[in-house]
Amino acid sequence: MWSFFHKLGSPPWLYRISGSILRWLLPLTLLALVAGSVWGLLFTAPDFRQGNSYRIIYIHVPAAVVALAGYYVMAIAGAVSLIWRMKMADIAMRACAPIGAALTFVALVTGSIWGKPTWGTWWVWDARITSMLILLFLYLGVVALYEAYENKALAAKACAVLSLVGTVNIPIIYKSVDWWYSLHQPASIKFTGGSTIDPSMLYPLLFMIVTFYALFTCSLLLNMRAEILQREARTGWVRRLAGEREPG
Amino acid sequence: MYFESLSAVLQMDGHGGFVWSAYLITLVVIVYILYAPRRREQRFLRQLRGQIRRNSGAAAPVREES
Repeated sequence: MWSFFHKLGSPPWLYRISGSILRWLLPLTLLALVAGSVWGLLFTAPDFRQGNSYRIIYIHVPAAVVALAGYYVMAIAGAVSLIWRMKMADIAMRACAPIGAALTFVALVTGSIWGKPTWGTWWVWDARITSMLILLFLYLGVVALYEAYENKALAAKACAVLSLVGTVNIPIIYKSVDWWYSLHQPASIKFTGGSTIDPSMLYPLLFMIVTFYALFTCSLLLNMRAEILQREARTGWVRRLAGEREPG
Repeated sequence: MYFESLSAVLQMDGHGGFVWSAYLITLVVIVYILYAPRRREQRFLRQLRGQIRRNSGAAAPVREES
């Protein structure tokens, strides 16, 4: 167990292992994205009330779910980097922020597009939507804060604190549809009690949620690899790597 | 398959514009989050290679002449 943690803290090991994971995970994820989209777009029946516009659910919900989960990953990595000064945790925290921002953006934009035919408006200052917008700003805040500091150790500390403080927003997003009168529909999938979604729509949705988790993992690993190389630029293994890849 | 023709797939009973634009925007973002870190890594390695080459060139200019 300890040797695993020891390895996890080793940049060359993580760079190598992430490379071999990505070699199969990335093509598999792309294939699943295509398969899941085709399933949701063409092989499911339309919603009895919303018609075909509901098909946006197969990207909207997975993007939103993984955007929230990504925030947990970022905050936990931030806490680890703050408490144990683990270099890899700091790298992981920083890698989460742009992906989380991108997925939150997707959730907001697809939600807005879905809102037009369903609610008759592109945007409302609704509790769920506003708290998601705050999530986007938190992610962008971490990205910007990191760039603002010249001293990267200080930047890591500031970003970790920001991401930890921002976790307050997560339960607000989850509960927003229950706490406030909201235009946004309540959760369709429930782990306790019955889901309010037909299995023929639930399965492609679950499939896409898993696929978006895989997508997040792929992008996280790719971002971490780039970050590892830049931070380890002066070490022998990175210089050897640069030399090996020289064409000709 | 639910739809009967390609035009039905594209139109989706009037919701096609909404559905397809949502999927298209998502596709662009997905391509970006996978491509951007890759490009950053490649660009860094290229820079580092250039730097290594310059340093080794500066350290041994005499050898090249002789």
